[in-house]
Amino acid sequence: MKIPEIAELIKAEICTNNYDANMDIFSACSADLMSDVMAFSKSNALLLTGLVNPQVIRTAEMMDIKAVVFVRGKKPLETMIEMAEEKGIALLATEWPLFIASGKLYSSGIHGSGE
Amino acid sequence: MNNVVVRDYSIPANDFTIAGEASSSVRKILSQIGVTPDVVKRTSIAMYEAEINAVIHGNGGQAHIEIDENKILIIISDQGPGIADLDLAMQEGYSTAPDSIREMGFGAGMGLSNIKKHADVFEIKTAVNEGTTVYITVFFKPVKN
Repeated sequence: MKIPEIAELIKAEICTNNYDANMDIFSACSADLMSDVMAFSKSNALLLTGLVNPQVIRTAEMMDIKAVVFVRGKKPLETMIEMAEEKGIALLATEWPLFIASGKLYSSGIHGSGE
Repeated sequence: MNNVVVRDYSIPANDFTIAGEASSSVRKILSQIGVTPDVVKRTSIAMYEAEINAVIHGNGGQAHIEIDENKILIIISDQGPGIADLDLAMQEGYSTAPDSIREMGFGAGMGLSNIKKHADVFEIKTAVNEGTTVYITVFFKPVKN
């Protein structure tokens, strides 16, 4: 699923410009604990989180995570947007809670089993 | 050994805004010299976990890296309190991180085991009140037996 499609599906605003709109996202990880994200190993992945700090972007960079969705109406900070633009990571923000946003994406085909 | 790249980084104490800068820099170097993406990722995860540990537990420290054509060696050292019970610290889920660190998204007790999982060679030297040094080696090609 492509990032613009994901945004439409979970009614998210895309907060960055520098990302690959044609890239296919196969898998996702939902967590507020970056330590748990670090134990997750899939490529072309999406992270859904309620945590808002620069370490989220840094963790995404280390894990090759291509897009981050901030849930429950959280918005990324300006410093986070700058970091993400530089690294080509898409940042999205939705009003939906973590469970609902994750469930919607799961039922629409992102099963977390991508390679 | 030819083409050895050596870098040294300072890891500031308790500064989460720039924690990970050293790992990010090393990641860029590895990508630029054509190391395969899976090795770049394994190295990044192992080094980032160790760097975060130095920030959280070690009052900051130093990162020293050496890259040659076959491998990367990462040495991260701190002069922090050291680890009293290393076997316990290696257990998944065991953590001495305070709540303030958990609120930042870290301190789940997965760091050392995650480094071990992603490194080809992983050693720790630690002594109470003297600090901790971790040695991480990742080979660029599969190790031949």
